[in-house]
This record gives sequence, structure tokens and C-alpha cells, in this order.
Amino acid sequence: MNFTIGTLLAFSFAASLIAVAALIWAISTQQFKITESDARAVFDEGEGGKLDDPTSSHSDRSPSAQQPGMSGEWRRLLIVMFVTSTAWLVFGSVFGVIASLKLHIPDWLTGSAPLTFGRMRTLHLNSVIYGFLSLGGVGTAFWLVPTLFKVSLQKVRFAMSGAVVWNLALLAGVVVIAMGWNDGQEWLEIPWQIDIFLAVGGACFAIPLLYTTAARRVNHIYVTGWYYMAALFWFPALFILANLPGVHSGAQQATANWWFAHNVLGLWLTPLGLGAAYYFIPKIIGKPIYSYRLSLLGFWALALFYSQVGMHHLIGGPVPTWVVSLSVVQSVMMVISVIAVAINQHTLSLGNLWAWKESLPLRFVALGAIMYTLASLQGSLEAVRAFNTVTHFTHYTVAHAHLGVYGFVAMVLFGGIYYMLPRITGRAWPMPWAISLHFWLVVAGFAIYFIALTIGGWLQGMAMLDASRDWLESMEVTIPYLAGRSLGGTLMTIGHLVFAANLAVLFLGRTRRFVEDAGDTDASVATPRSGA
Amino acid sequence: MNRALPLIVVTLALLALATLFLVAGPAMQIRTIDAPEGLEPYTQAQLNGRAEYISQGCVYCHSQQPRSPEQAPDGLRGWGRPSTPADYVYDQPHLLGTMRTGPDLLNVGARLPSQAWHLTHLYQPRAIVPQSIMPAYPYLFEAKVQAAEDDVVVPVPARYRPEGKFIVARQAALDLVDYLLSLDRTYPAERVDLRDNGFAAKEES
Repeated sequence: MNFTIGTLLAFSFAASLIAVAALIWAISTQQFKITESDARAVFDEGEGGKLDDPTSSHSDRSPSAQQPGMSGEWRRLLIVMFVTSTAWLVFGSVFGVIASLKLHIPDWLTGSAPLTFGRMRTLHLNSVIYGFLSLGGVGTAFWLVPTLFKVSLQKVRFAMSGAVVWNLALLAGVVVIAMGWNDGQEWLEIPWQIDIFLAVGGACFAIPLLYTTAARRVNHIYVTGWYYMAALFWFPALFILANLPGVHSGAQQATANWWFAHNVLGLWLTPLGLGAAYYFIPKIIGKPIYSYRLSLLGFWALALFYSQVGMHHLIGGPVPTWVVSLSVVQSVMMVISVIAVAINQHTLSLGNLWAWKESLPLRFVALGAIMYTLASLQGSLEAVRAFNTVTHFTHYTVAHAHLGVYGFVAMVLFGGIYYMLPRITGRAWPMPWAISLHFWLVVAGFAIYFIALTIGGWLQGMAMLDASRDWLESMEVTIPYLAGRSLGGTLMTIGHLVFAANLAVLFLGRTRRFVEDAGDTDASVATPRSGA
Repeated sequence: MNRALPLIVVTLALLALATLFLVAGPAMQIRTIDAPEGLEPYTQAQLNGRAEYISQGCVYCHSQQPRSPEQAPDGLRGWGRPSTPADYVYDQPHLLGTMRTGPDLLNVGARLPSQAWHLTHLYQPRAIVPQSIMPAYPYLFEAKVQAAEDDVVVPVPARYRPEGKFIVARQAALDLVDYLLSLDRTYPAERVDLRDNGFAAKEES
């Protein structure tokens, strides 16, 4: 037994090292056709070297300079994506705060089933993951992919039908979950009958991006494109296999469940976030990333290792030792991918601190990228058996999940939306002060959230391992920290309302301003970037 | 990295490899095992109760997977021996859970075998455990002035129920408790080799 486990561990570790070595060899001997100058693909000719940020007065371009070649239907699609994404964020945040409050005020709102903790929590997760982050992330891809490939988005009608189908399906999903119908597995609660429509909506998202890739006017696919291409195929594969009805059961289903759930993070949300960060950080600062070839290592190591980490959610559980150990090893191997991305993104952003001061979108994105590094390193640590024994089954894990999904992906998305919407609509942000308010509310709120739950979760885990203490103590010790989480979560939610208000005023606000903007728009399309 | 197709093919192949290891491998080992002798299939009422457990979202606070004594004192807390894949052959969907805001429930039927206890606890957890943060589920019950003959009256202490009324369990509450009482994996463990023995192995070596 010992021999088998040890051998398997050693084998998977050795195989991973060989794969990484082969990858490094391929990169250093230039087996991949890329050069450092390809990193400048984020800039048009003559661009770069200056701050590019529609919210800053020191920007290279006017705050209301519209992207050339924005067609009306493409613009409407992007607006639908970002507005519905924001709506899901607001609903999801409110559900989250209610669920959080219920954990320390248990007799609040107990009168009806849809308001019980178990359903509120589920509504929160599904709204923010499949609503806010998925729609926002794909919306960002709908803008970035054509922009990088220097064509307009192809087959926009497919994408628009996708947006409608996805939103309606998700709405149906959360309504039936509130009514008590769900498939019973974490991250897979939406009934499979409704999942079919989400899959159809997802396919409608993928088709236009593939056509756009095929129609591209540049030879090289920038690193952002690698992440997006991969994620576009990874997610449907994961989503369909995991949701197949009647295929999985018992302890085996748990492995499929966590293979899926961790890959939603690793192979869907992470690539959407990293792809966007790889564009916005250099684009806003005006300088290319530190080492373009290093980004190859970051990408391929993620593809290789992240896909195999899910079983660290079942450490000490009723699944075979070898599969748990494999995931533990690969979770630690993820450090390679994370460090590669960190060197690339943080050397650029931290080497240009002036830009943090100038640009709020950059602040969101670059801080989000740093949170990715921290969340990933923490995740590798949590996968180690000795550490996991304390943190498994506790709120520590919830804090960690939010560091990745919120600290990283949501923050990158916020920054991206602040950068993109003026370029999409040709309208400047109506309340620039609200961007700063949003930033500080969510940073302060999230700091409280994360620190409180991390400490509370750790104390909970230590109490649970101490046989001399009653189990109940492990619950009681968390109460003040759960209240702290509610405070942090409330601040974050207020930040989201500020964000939503800014968005609403951008679209619906003072008409006069729109007329002026329309004039600006025409001028800007005709002049500075016509050579692009 | 100038072509999309090879990139898509290789990334999908890497996911297929991961799926082979993480999904297909364990499936081949686990799906062929027999049910332990001591484990009965769920009755229809228990299955209805299980559906209620899923519908209310109990899994978000209660795990169903006791850990081994080498790793944690789960056994000393009365949660049972380390579970093995054989203990879950009738579970679809699985309800292993990942959180212990509440205690592990895989053997709650053996640990707390009283129907009245569970019904009272579901109606108002704080009537039994004052510090509890578990939600109350009053909507699984009815408050009646006069209980009918076949009603199951729940012995809720007077200060936790509306004055002058009896608390009667609805079918959903009765089914849910039926399911909770069925959670009893105290028979001898089978196929221990198929659980995560990473901690046991460390102790031995």
C-alpha cells in the first residue's frame, strides 16, 4: 500500500517535472513561433509609451474617444453583456449579504423556504459565477478578441441570441433553485434540463469568437487570445460532462463534482481574468509585459496542472488515495504557472507606480492580478495535507475562494469595464468620483471580509481538531468573524451599487451630454486612429 | 502561437488527460463495487426526505464524510468510522459536503435516533441547542389549535411555539427526519483500500 502510493506520487511528480522541463526547453530553443516584439500586439501602430485610460485626465486619448469600427449591433451586444452582468452582480451581492447575516442572526427571515440560508447561498453563488463573472468575462472577450485581431466582431447576431438565451436560462435556474428544485451538487445546482439552454447560449458565445479569430487581420495571436481560445473550449466540455444526468453517482460523483467545480475556477474564470489582465495592464501603462516568452510557460503550465487539482477538495475523504495525491502534487506544481504570470504582470505594474496613481481601471486590474498570485499560492498551500487538515470544512476555504473569484476575477472585470465602456459607447464616465468610491469601498470591504473569515476559519479548524473541546466550540468561535464578514460584504455590496449607478447614469443620464458626446464621437472616429 | 487550431486541440487534450485521471480512473475503481451487507437501499420516504435535504441546502453546512482517526478526532465526536466509497453506493447525487458549520451527519441516525428530537430541532434548533446558528424551518410544520388523530405532534417547548397551538409536522418534515434517521453507517467498513489513506500511510512509514 505504502509502496503503491509513494510510487504513484513520485511518478506523477516526475511526469510533471518532465513536462515542465520539456516546456522550458521548447520555449528557450524557440520551438514556439513568438518573439518579444509580439508583446506589442496590444498597441496599434504609433501607440504605446503613454498612459491610455478613458478615466484619467492625463490620458493619451480623449475620455470619450470611441473605438473605430464599432458597429451599432456590436455596441448593443456589449452593452447587453455588461448591463446584465452588473445586474447579476447586484442581485448576487444582495443574496450573499442575506446569507451571511443569516449565519449569525439565525432566526431572521425563517418564514419561507426561498429565504432559508441553503437557498440564499446557492442563489448567491450561481448569480455571481454564471451571471456576473461569466457574462462579464465573455463580454470582455467580445471586445478584446476583435480589438486584438483588428477586425470587428463577426456573427454578432449569434452572440446576441446567446446573451438572451444565457440570461433567460440563468434566470430560470435561480428561480427554480429558490423554489427548491436543484441538482444537489455544489456548483452544479441548476437543473440539467435548464443547463441545456445554458450550453446552447454558451455555444452562441463561442461561434462569433471563432469566426472573428478566423477573420483576423494580424498574424500573431496575443497571449490574451490563448487563454480565451482555450477557455472557450474547456468550459463547454466541463459543463456538459459534469451535468450529464444519470451518469455519475456515489463517491465517484464527488470526484466528477470537484473535477468540474475547481476547473470552473481554473479553466474558465482564471483564463477569462488572466486574459483580460494580460491586455489591460500593458495597454493602460503603455508598455509591453516584462517577458513575452515567459507567458508561454504560464499558459501551458496552467493547462497542464490546473486541470488536475480538483481532488484536493476531497482530502481525507472516501475516494482513492492516488487520485487525491495526484491533485495535491499538481496543486503545488501550479506555483510554476503562477510565478511566471506574476513576473510578467507585476514587474510591469509595480515598476510603474505612477500609473496606479493616475489610472483607476489599472488599479482595479493590477490589484486583481496581484490577488491572483496570492490566491493561487494560498491555494497550493491549502492543498498540502497537513494544512488542509486544519482548513478543510471551515470558513477559511470560503475566504480563499473569494480571494480568487472576487479579489482577482471580479476586480479585473471592474477595471476592464471602466476602461472599455467609454471606448464602446463614446461616452465618458458621468461620475468619475464614483469610480474611486467604488474602488475604496470594495477594497476596504473585501479586506475586512477576507481577514475576518481567514482568522475565524483557522480558529474553527483548530478547535475542530482538538478532541478535548466540544465540537460546538468550533462553531461558536466563528460568530464574531461571521459578523465581520457581513460588515465587509455589505461594504462590497454598497460599492457594487455605486458601480451600477455610474453605469446607469452613463446610459440613461442627462440627455444634453449625450448629444455633445455624439459629436465628439464622430470626430474621434475620423481623426487620430484612422491608420489602425 | 500563430494558429488557433493546434492550440485548441492541445489544450483540449490536456483536459482529456485530466478527465481520464480525475473522473474515469476513480469511476472504474468505484463504480464496480458491491453494496456492503449492512447497508440497505433508501425507502421511498427516505428518498423523499433526501430530496428535501437537497432542496433546503443542508449540504452547505453539513458534511457526510467522517475523517480517519489519524487525521482528525471525527470518530471521538460520534460521527462514525472513516467512510469508504462502499458507504455511498445508493447515493445519487452524492452529498459529501465541504463544510462543517454544523456537524457531520453520515451517522446521525445512529448518534441521535429520536424522531421527536429531530422534529423539534428542525422546528427550532435553539429549543435544543441554545447557541445553535442553524436556520429554523417552521414552514415544514403547521401550527394547529387542535391536532387531528394521525397528526405527529412535535414536543416543542411552550416558549418556542405560538400560544395555545400545537406544532404538527408536515409530510416534508417527516420524510426529512426519516432520511436523517436512515443515516447509519456503523456496520464494518468495506473496501477501505478505496478511500484516501494518505494520512494512515504517513503514520505507518
